[in-house]
Formats: sequence, C-alpha cells, structure tokens
Amino acid sequence: MTSSGGPDRASGGPATNAPAIPELGAGIQLTDVGRAFGPTVAVQGVTLTVPMHGHLAIIGPSGCGKSTLLNLISGLDDPDEGSIEVLGATSPADRLRRCAWMPQRDLLLPWRDVLGNAALALENQGMRRKAARTQVAGLVERFGLGSFERKLPHQLSGGMRQRVSFLRTLVAGKEVLLLDEPFGALDSITRADLQQWLRSALATEPRTTVLVTHDVEEALLLGSQVIVMSARPGRIAAHYDTDFPAGASRRELLRLPEFTELRDELLARLEEAS
Amino acid sequence: MTPAQGSPPRTEPAAETSLAGKAARADIRRGTPAWRRILPPALVLILVAAVWDLVVHLAHVQDYIFPSLENVFRSLYKNWSSVLGSATWVTFQEMLFGFLISIAVAVIIALSLHSSATLRAAIYPLLIGSQAVPIVVIGPILAIIFGYGITPKLIIVAISCFFPIVVNLVDGLASVDPDLIKVMRTLDGSRLATLFRVEVPSALPSFFSGMRIAAVYAPIGAVFGEYAGSQNGLGYVLIQATPQLNTDLVFAAVLLLTVMSILLFVLLSFLEKICCPWAGKGKK
Repeated sequence: MTSSGGPDRASGGPATNAPAIPELGAGIQLTDVGRAFGPTVAVQGVTLTVPMHGHLAIIGPSGCGKSTLLNLISGLDDPDEGSIEVLGATSPADRLRRCAWMPQRDLLLPWRDVLGNAALALENQGMRRKAARTQVAGLVERFGLGSFERKLPHQLSGGMRQRVSFLRTLVAGKEVLLLDEPFGALDSITRADLQQWLRSALATEPRTTVLVTHDVEEALLLGSQVIVMSARPGRIAAHYDTDFPAGASRRELLRLPEFTELRDELLARLEEAS
Repeated sequence: MTPAQGSPPRTEPAAETSLAGKAARADIRRGTPAWRRILPPALVLILVAAVWDLVVHLAHVQDYIFPSLENVFRSLYKNWSSVLGSATWVTFQEMLFGFLISIAVAVIIALSLHSSATLRAAIYPLLIGSQAVPIVVIGPILAIIFGYGITPKLIIVAISCFFPIVVNLVDGLASVDPDLIKVMRTLDGSRLATLFRVEVPSALPSFFSGMRIAAVYAPIGAVFGEYAGSQNGLGYVLIQATPQLNTDLVFAAVLLLTVMSILLFVLLSFLEKICCPWAGKGKK
C-alpha cells in the first residue's frame, strides 16, 4: 500500500490508492451467486469474500465454472441469482469500471510494440498516444522489460509476452485484477519464473486479485486464500486461508512443510471434486 | 586421444557456421531479394512465349487467327503513338479511379455491415443480388443515362470491384478474437476505440486480400464499360480491331490490360507489406 514510489497509473480511476476507498474491508463480495447457460448450470450458490488487496486463488477441475465466475465478477456477465459487489459497485457497468481482466493467451496487438501494448488502456481512457507511451515507460522499465520496449510481440518469447500482457492489465489502474490461468500456456520453467515475478509485482503494486488456475502450487504461491470448486454445477467445495511468510521466495515456500501439507490436501480435495 | 580432445573445438565452429547459414537462409526467405522473386515467373513467361511462337510457326497459323508473339509486339510498337498509348491512358484512369471509388464504397458498406446486425441482415442479400446482375446488361443502360464519358465506366468498374473488398473486410473485422474484445472492454475501450485500435488493424490483411482480388476485376469492368459505348480506351480498340481481323492489335491491347492488372496487383502487395509488416509473423 505504500506506493510512495509513484507508480505510473492512470489518474482519476476510482481505485488508485488505498485512502480513496472508504472501507478497507470490502474488496469483492459474492452472495449466493448462480449462473446457468440454458440447461447447464455453470455456477451455483457461490458465496465468498475477498478483502481489499487480498489474493484469491480458485482451483477446480475443467468445466467447473472458474472462468464463468471471473466473467461474473468483472461485469462482462451478470448472474441469474445472487448479488456481486466489487468495491461497493453492483451493476455490471460499474463493476467493469473497477476490474481488469487478463486471459490465458496474451492477446497482444501484433502491430504495437511493447510500449504501445502496455499503453493501450491509457489511450482508451483518452490520453494522447505519445503521453501514454511516456507514462508507461517507467513501469515497463521497472518490470524488467526496458530493453524490449520497442520490440513487436512476435519478437518476444512467450513468457515475455505474458509479462507485457500483465503490465497492460496493470496499467489500466483498476483496483481489481482478474487473472484467468495467466500462465497456463507457458512451459513449467517460464511459469515458475513468472510466478515469482508476479508475486513481487503484486507486492510492489498491491491490488485485489482473483486468480483462476489448475495448478495447485500456483494457487498456493499467489493466493492468500484458496478455494476449490467442484464440477457441474460449480460450487465451492473447500476454502483455505494460506499464511506463509510474505518475504519468502518461491523455492523457500516450496520447501516449507506447511506448504507441502496444504498442497497434498488441496490435491486430495481436487480429486474428490472432479 | 588427441583427435577426441581436438574434436569438440572443431565441432563448435562447424555448428556455428551451420547456424549462421540457417540464419542467412532465413533472412533470404524473409527479405527475399528481388531476383529470387522475379526469376520463377519470368522463366514461366519465357516458356509460355516460346511454346506460343513454336506452335504458331510450326503449325503455320494465320496472323488473323492467332498472331505470333513478335507480330503482337510489332503491332504494339507500331500502334503505340497513334492508338494504343492514349487508349491505355484512358483505360488506366477508368481502372484506377473506378477502383478507388469501389474501395471507398466498400469501406463504408463494410463498416456499416459490421456495426449493426440489423443492417447486415438488411443489406447483405441486396449486395449478393447486385453481383448476379450481368454487367453486360448494366453497361448499355449506364451509357444511355451518362453518355460516352468516363462516368459509366467508373460505375461499372466500381460495381465489379467492391464486392470482394466488402466480403473480405467484413470477415476481417468480425474475425477478431472475442477474448480480445473482452480485454478491450475491461481496459476501458469504447466501441469506437475497439474498432480503430483492434478491429480495423487486424482486418487490414483481409482488406488487402479483397483489394487484390478486386484488382483483377478492374480491367474487365473497364473493358465492359467501353464495350457499351465509348470513344477511346483499350475496350474501344478491341471492338474496332476484332471485326477487322486485326488480331495482332487485339492481342496487343489484351497484353496491355494484363500488364496493368499485374501492376495494380503488385502495387497492392507492396502497400500491404508496408501497412501490415506484422502480418503472418509470430505464428509458430
């Protein structure tokens, strides 16, 4: 929360710094949320709370409605039952204003270089192209992409592209980040590298995040709470709060007995759920 | 012992050179030097010309039935300043301006089709219908309405060209990844921002495909327009020369039409390379 470093964010967004939010408790609140597509019930009776700057990780078998849940929170979709509150906003349009969504594939614009892709949200918010590029340059530099800022996406590696995609999401200046299997398409070495990177990125740029993943380790590394969802209809099967030392590196965490214990338990719950 | 010790440093530079060779070959493929792109079509052309002349000479075909290539060129040279030069210029203008009009019309139609499902449902059948109307029929009607000037030719060229541009552009605009549209929405992108920052740039390659197809129709449209009524142009030369059995002149005119069509096509490919340098890259 100590953003004294002056992160290059969009000005005027509803959620820039912590003091701007009236109550620090309310991040995301879902109450008895259900959504069906025709006869298929995607999610049912989902109730959960993510505090401000909390990190929720959702794991579950494929087809358990994880992505549906993200769409519902983001305001891209609206639930059939129940209510969703994101920083006090309930209508889909208002939720959309508070959430930034990052899909599994990087979906960078191939004709824009790294700076141009990162600056996309600022341009959408009405900033001039040049000013937007200058503004994101600092952030691009800080997240280790400085020497690539003029490269086009096809000149970057998959991990690099995903970093740019995350920066693009971050630059939107939204309080809530919704990450839909952000590293699912990467090889395991790159993924481990990016998990570490994302942990430190979120430490310097605290946001309320919801992360969907099928990787139990990733959920434990990046989530301060983890929920396991069951398959069709998607319900919350189990809920865990993690409490690992904040400063620990990925490798240190993986060696902790508490970590491996919780990982085994989550794997067991995941097997039950599918 | 010694050769075993000596081998690693020897293999390494070998590996390097083979890598460098691969990179160089990749560069050639990417940059493709001019002679390498021109050589294959040039060879094919020479082959066609050789077969042509061989058949005409061996079979003793009469010039008014099928002229030899050198007679076509002789006719081209002989008639350039009197007839063909000005005719080419007239047809070139009809092609070019008709083509530009068709692009403008196609862009407007494609954007409106893309913007609303209702408009799409309402206009698409009409567009398809417009392609079923034979240009041979429209030509004379337009000549009656607009006279022998350039206007009816521009309309005919535009009608023949706009359809492939519209279809390709609409497809290109609609083929953007739906997830990318969702990303734009969560990044505060309005519909207009999404259109101009995402949909239009990603539709550019399809737009160019449409224009390249249309470029082939442009000379056909211009010639049909001139057939329906004209005082100059390559189509006009064709109607004059055919009944006179001036077949080498007919072939010379057709050759000029072909060259213009190829030039327009090449120009468009060149523009595409400049406008969308990213196209076709990064898909491994």
